[in-house]
Amino acid sequence: MSAVIEEHHDHHDHKPTGIGRWLFSTNHKDIGTMYLWFSFLMFFIGGTLALVIRAELFEPGLQFVEPEFFNQMTTLHGLIMVFGVIMPAFVGLANWMVPMMIGAPDMALPRMNNWSFWLLPGAFGILIASLIMSIMGMGSAPNFGWTFYAPLSTTYGPASTDYFIFSVHLMGISSIMGSINIIATIMNMRAPGMTYMKMPIFVWTWFITAYLLIAVMPVLAGAVTMMLTDRNFGTSFFNAAGGGDPVMFQHIFWFFGHPEVYIMILPSFGIISEIVPTFARKKIFGYSSMVYATASIAFLSFIVWAHHMFTTGMPVAGELFFMYATMLIAVPTGVKVFNWVSTMWKGSMTFETPMLFAIAFIFLFTIGGFTGLMLCITPADFQYHDTYFVVAHFHYVLVTGAAFGIMAGVYFWLPKWTGNMYDETLGKWHFWTSVISVNVLFFPMHFVGLAGMPRRIPDYSLQFAEFNAMASVGAFAFGFCQLIFLYNVIKTARGKTSVKATGQVWEGAHGLEWTLPSPAPFHSFTTPPQVK
Amino acid sequence: MSTSNHDEYYIPEPSKWPLVGTIALTTTVIGAVNTIHAGELSMILPVGLLLVAYLFFGWFSAVIDESMAGQYNAQVDRSFRIGMLWFIFSEVMFFAAFFGALFYARVFAMEWLGGASNNASTHEYLWPAFEAVWPVLTNPDNSLFVAPEEKMGAWGLPAWNTAVLLTSSVTVTIAHHALRAGHRKPLIIWLAATVALGVIFLILQVEEYAHAYSEMGLTLDSGIYGSTFFMLTGFHGFHVTMGTTMLLVMLIRSMKGHFTADKHFAFEAVAWYWHFVDVVWLGLFIFVYWL
Repeated sequence: MSAVIEEHHDHHDHKPTGIGRWLFSTNHKDIGTMYLWFSFLMFFIGGTLALVIRAELFEPGLQFVEPEFFNQMTTLHGLIMVFGVIMPAFVGLANWMVPMMIGAPDMALPRMNNWSFWLLPGAFGILIASLIMSIMGMGSAPNFGWTFYAPLSTTYGPASTDYFIFSVHLMGISSIMGSINIIATIMNMRAPGMTYMKMPIFVWTWFITAYLLIAVMPVLAGAVTMMLTDRNFGTSFFNAAGGGDPVMFQHIFWFFGHPEVYIMILPSFGIISEIVPTFARKKIFGYSSMVYATASIAFLSFIVWAHHMFTTGMPVAGELFFMYATMLIAVPTGVKVFNWVSTMWKGSMTFETPMLFAIAFIFLFTIGGFTGLMLCITPADFQYHDTYFVVAHFHYVLVTGAAFGIMAGVYFWLPKWTGNMYDETLGKWHFWTSVISVNVLFFPMHFVGLAGMPRRIPDYSLQFAEFNAMASVGAFAFGFCQLIFLYNVIKTARGKTSVKATGQVWEGAHGLEWTLPSPAPFHSFTTPPQVK
Repeated sequence: MSTSNHDEYYIPEPSKWPLVGTIALTTTVIGAVNTIHAGELSMILPVGLLLVAYLFFGWFSAVIDESMAGQYNAQVDRSFRIGMLWFIFSEVMFFAAFFGALFYARVFAMEWLGGASNNASTHEYLWPAFEAVWPVLTNPDNSLFVAPEEKMGAWGLPAWNTAVLLTSSVTVTIAHHALRAGHRKPLIIWLAATVALGVIFLILQVEEYAHAYSEMGLTLDSGIYGSTFFMLTGFHGFHVTMGTTMLLVMLIRSMKGHFTADKHFAFEAVAWYWHFVDVVWLGLFIFVYWL
């Protein structure tokens, strides 16, 4: 039943074998691997939906899909990318790296860890089944946008909405258990001498992210529960005829939704904060200010939600409060950006693939941040609201921000996970094709958005044609160059690359995870390391 | 805090329970939706619920066996405590969503439907007859949502229920003190009293619901007052049911001789949960029944 870990290093590798190794796993690395592959699979599914959208938008008029199906594409693309790609990828990285970084043998609650993972295939199985049924002509998949505003999702939602609601419940349970596990691990499993202010920044950002998740995922569960009863049991939370308010849905949703967008970026901040010092061969500039900035961003995320709803007719006092509170976020975020740049200042820099992605992250995420500042100015937002400008903004922070952070992290840690160096040439190809195509994809959206092109519409006015064609070309290019990434990862994992990784992997790497051999032993630290 | 007990890390062996849990929950939710859509029981639902019961029974049995075999060191115990604490916090946030809905409906939505702030013309053109008075006894569209006839008073059954729950918090604490002092008999007696109070609370709550439905017209579909009332008290009642069940398990384990004076995390976790349920009730009593 139990396994008290042997003290000798030569005993550490009796791995369970066969399919049971994965189904019944209590190992943080195996569970992390499953999270990452799940995320990768969802990335290609969600990406395919995005390509359907971009194919339809390549030129004005209706070409490939019905407007009704187009709505299902935007909805499921958003849901899959948010809940199925970015979040599981971060949890996968946390699973792999947090125990190694703090000098622990595993996560604090290994069985719950596995449950957190396995709920995701259940949840997404339900969600994707509704899409498959829609393609087969049996009803509609969710079609109200990933924000599922009432009354689109309550009064007018298709029958599959109820499956969607429970699918969100399962994702929520998964996220909450995952977060509790990460918090318990960080609070309880740190090696002797690893004080909080000595923890790697990646651990810090995940620690704070986990608190955000525990605070807001239950609120999302409450929101979808009220949707369920409004739809099926006659309550009137979001129906003004019974004294409720559809705008209340937006408030509750965004009380979850705004911290959620920081849940999707803070761990990337952590990854970048590990990579930049490694390849600049300097310590991170302003460690403690990085920690405090992360905490400040997390706190502010709870008091800015209504900046997503400026056009709903809020009282002016509310609009002003949420505008100014939102602007404040630029301060701690600026602290982080300046710290990354200062870390590179006079560093002895090399530009391996993780560093290239990290630098692209800093530059392109900052563009997304600036457009965010533009959006938070209430009167200006009346023009930008629900246009492609918003789409451009959040794809800069989520694709070139969150997703680039994840890709950087994968290249950075893949040698540690597999014991093999990835193919640097392919990595560079992946980076340069991605960074060019992603800008061809999203940058023109700023222009059509400012000119007034609305989002979530399958057809558009003729004057938007050139920029949309450009974006669609960029989209297909970006989509297909991710296959280089896939190939490179598989090649490295299967050991087909020529170079074996050393324990330290990178010349400038510091921290407990780099003191382990590559690949890291099945249970990371069997005896606790002493941190000075 | 992270300096002791590092010499023997504990990692459980591979376990089937997480997978059982996934199958159980996925089956249950599919069954639930099919039942709602068909308007009659889909057989998938009871299968799912049985699997959930099997999951709880099996997983907790495994954990209890491991605990009784002395496999959990102080570090594992701390992980469990941290886990339970933050689980309860997540529950607090779940209730916060419904309290938030109640406050928003009372403070903003109702007033705005009544024409407050910049909503004078909305009021004038949509539902000019609507008056912003809580509880809402005439809904904006009273033909679509028939409002209840009266408010659920605070000082009848709800006040008794408050007394019952507060008393149960005291009895569970007395039981805990008895456990810590190693007195088995008072532990069992006071724990049994706590379970009994939990059951009494639930019986009174059923009584109140029957009264609301049959005599007051206060139902789940009677507009925002009924919606918030039943959502909040209903989820609280569900949590009391869970808490009472957990207390019952603790009672059975106490009678079987489980727990020692200094090792009884399961008991403490249930006691925390019970106090949490109690505190939520106080919020309900003040904001749903009283004010």
